[in-house]
Amino acid sequence: MSKLEQASLYQLTMVRFRLFWREPEAIFWIFGFPILMAVGLGMAFRNRPPDVLPVGATAVQLTQALAADKGLTASTMNVADGTQALATGRILLLAIQEPAGVAYKYDETNPDARIARMVADRAIQTAAGRREAVHAENQLVHETGSRYIDFVVPGLLGMNLMGSAIWGMGFSIVDSRQKKLLKRLVASPMPRWQYLASYLLSRLAMLVIEVVGFLGFARLIFGVPFRGSIWQLGFLCVLTSLAFSALGLLVASRARTMEAASGLMNLVMLPMWVLSGVFFSATRFPAVMQPVVRALPLTAAIDAMRGNMLQGMNLGQLAPQMGILLAWLVVPFAISLRIFRWR
Amino acid sequence: MLANGSPVPANGPSLLLRGLRKAFADVVAVDGLDLEVTRGECFGLLGPNGAGKTTTIEICEGLTAPDAGTVELLGLNWAGNEKELRQRIGVQLQETQFPDKLTVDETLRLFRSFFHRGLAVEESIRTAQLEEKRYARVGTLSGGQKQRLAMACALVGDPELLFLDEPTTGLDPQARRHLWDLVDGLKHAGRTIILTTHYMDEAERLCDRVAIMDHGRIIALGTPQQLIASIGGEHIVEFAITGHENGDGLDPALVTAIPGVQSHRVDAGVHQLSVRELHTAVPRIFAALTGQGLHLSEFRTHSATLEDVFVDLTGRNLRDE
Repeated sequence: MSKLEQASLYQLTMVRFRLFWREPEAIFWIFGFPILMAVGLGMAFRNRPPDVLPVGATAVQLTQALAADKGLTASTMNVADGTQALATGRILLLAIQEPAGVAYKYDETNPDARIARMVADRAIQTAAGRREAVHAENQLVHETGSRYIDFVVPGLLGMNLMGSAIWGMGFSIVDSRQKKLLKRLVASPMPRWQYLASYLLSRLAMLVIEVVGFLGFARLIFGVPFRGSIWQLGFLCVLTSLAFSALGLLVASRARTMEAASGLMNLVMLPMWVLSGVFFSATRFPAVMQPVVRALPLTAAIDAMRGNMLQGMNLGQLAPQMGILLAWLVVPFAISLRIFRWR
Repeated sequence: MLANGSPVPANGPSLLLRGLRKAFADVVAVDGLDLEVTRGECFGLLGPNGAGKTTTIEICEGLTAPDAGTVELLGLNWAGNEKELRQRIGVQLQETQFPDKLTVDETLRLFRSFFHRGLAVEESIRTAQLEEKRYARVGTLSGGQKQRLAMACALVGDPELLFLDEPTTGLDPQARRHLWDLVDGLKHAGRTIILTTHYMDEAERLCDRVAIMDHGRIIALGTPQQLIASIGGEHIVEFAITGHENGDGLDPALVTAIPGVQSHRVDAGVHQLSVRELHTAVPRIFAALTGQGLHLSEFRTHSATLEDVFVDLTGRNLRDE
């Protein structure tokens, strides 16, 4: 055996790797799932040409006027059919010919329907001879980085780093405790810090595969931009992963059974899935909640990653988020070292 | 007693317990225990489940802190010497489940890496007779093989003092005998072994000395032969009598009066006598029973065992649960 192979930290870390790679489900959840998620969301929110809005009209001349606008497709139908089509979402708006002019039937709370209302009215007024009072011209912007997929990829990355760290730490530590393996290790001369360090080392190594795989995919398939420094993004990923590892360690520090551990993990992660802005901006939550939402590690992580990837911010500009992550790294780690149950 | 860090005389005890006490909530698990185990000895803690064996051995292993009393291993206390002691002892715990997806070789490599010096992984595998399973995953091993792996993990640091907690519990007879041979081998190699068991045949077969534990105390201590001799007779005669409605009509004074009969007790209708000389006592027992007009439905004899010692001391069977 070489010197390295005799080192207990090396052996402990290798054990972590072996146990991970021999668990196909874990590989899927860590590496496969986020990519599938990105593919799914990417398809749902793919970049389409500006939407052509389906509308209906009760008279043929109205239909012709509407169809003249490139933003609309129009069909003729009677009021009853039109109402039915509105209710089922096949059309967004029904233009009804009335003696005094035209009436628009649409759902005011649906943004697409409101747009359809404006476009349809413009088309009908234009057909009736209205002229623009001010000459207007469009300058269109086609920029990556402002699409939904660009927004959601950093969110998914943060969510995945949270899940893999907390599950990765939590389940295997509690499993070892439940199977009395922890107690057996403590009965040996193993330095206890090395046991915890082996988790962090293996986490960091897998982090490279996880992050490079996911971001590489997002770059190749969706052309997601990287406006900030790649190295700084890597640093943010490491910091995020360590913070969540500390949280995972805390979750796993006392639980004796897997059931208790999974309950705790869900308790920790569920609020962040909802509140931390993975799929939509966390600023949508009411102002009273913002201090809490901002203090969550996942919010800080995702904000920092979006800042780096989408706005090209450097680490100095992301200091508040990094401070929050650092606090989430230090405090849970210190607590878990004190309360960790070794047997 | 030796002060911490002072040189340990080669003939000092491997293990020294004084006034050991441990309670969990309101259950007293260990109730004032004194014990000395000398080097090279194979020492057995024998007792029924719940007697305090595992608590005692885990206190010795430094896994449980005693409420009172002193523990010295190889002349050292746990306080301040944990690093050194962990290097010098080997431990097998009850119910350790090693990761199913590691191989035997990988598991032993891991444990070997914790020790500054010790056996080569190959050697520990050979000692545990797991050569054919070296590259098999732990999940595919039988119960006996897993137990031998646990033994190999305890041995891989070449310990001066080896603790085995119920090493054969739950194994089939063949796997038990296999493990006994293994312990025999370690014994002959001169290792000090402390094991717990609730199998009296195991203690009798393996141990140089045995402490019988009950309710957290040692109720008897000695070599298996001494303990068996202590109940007065080396043979046990068991018989049952047919017939009577109220008991079987045998007056205990009648049989205990027979020369050579040391004691008498009845358990589930079976009379048990401990007897010194079978060939002189048995004809007298027959004569006495016939004289009373009593008819035997069963009659058998066996050499006294540690089980009989336990029954004699506590009035209960070892595995009464």
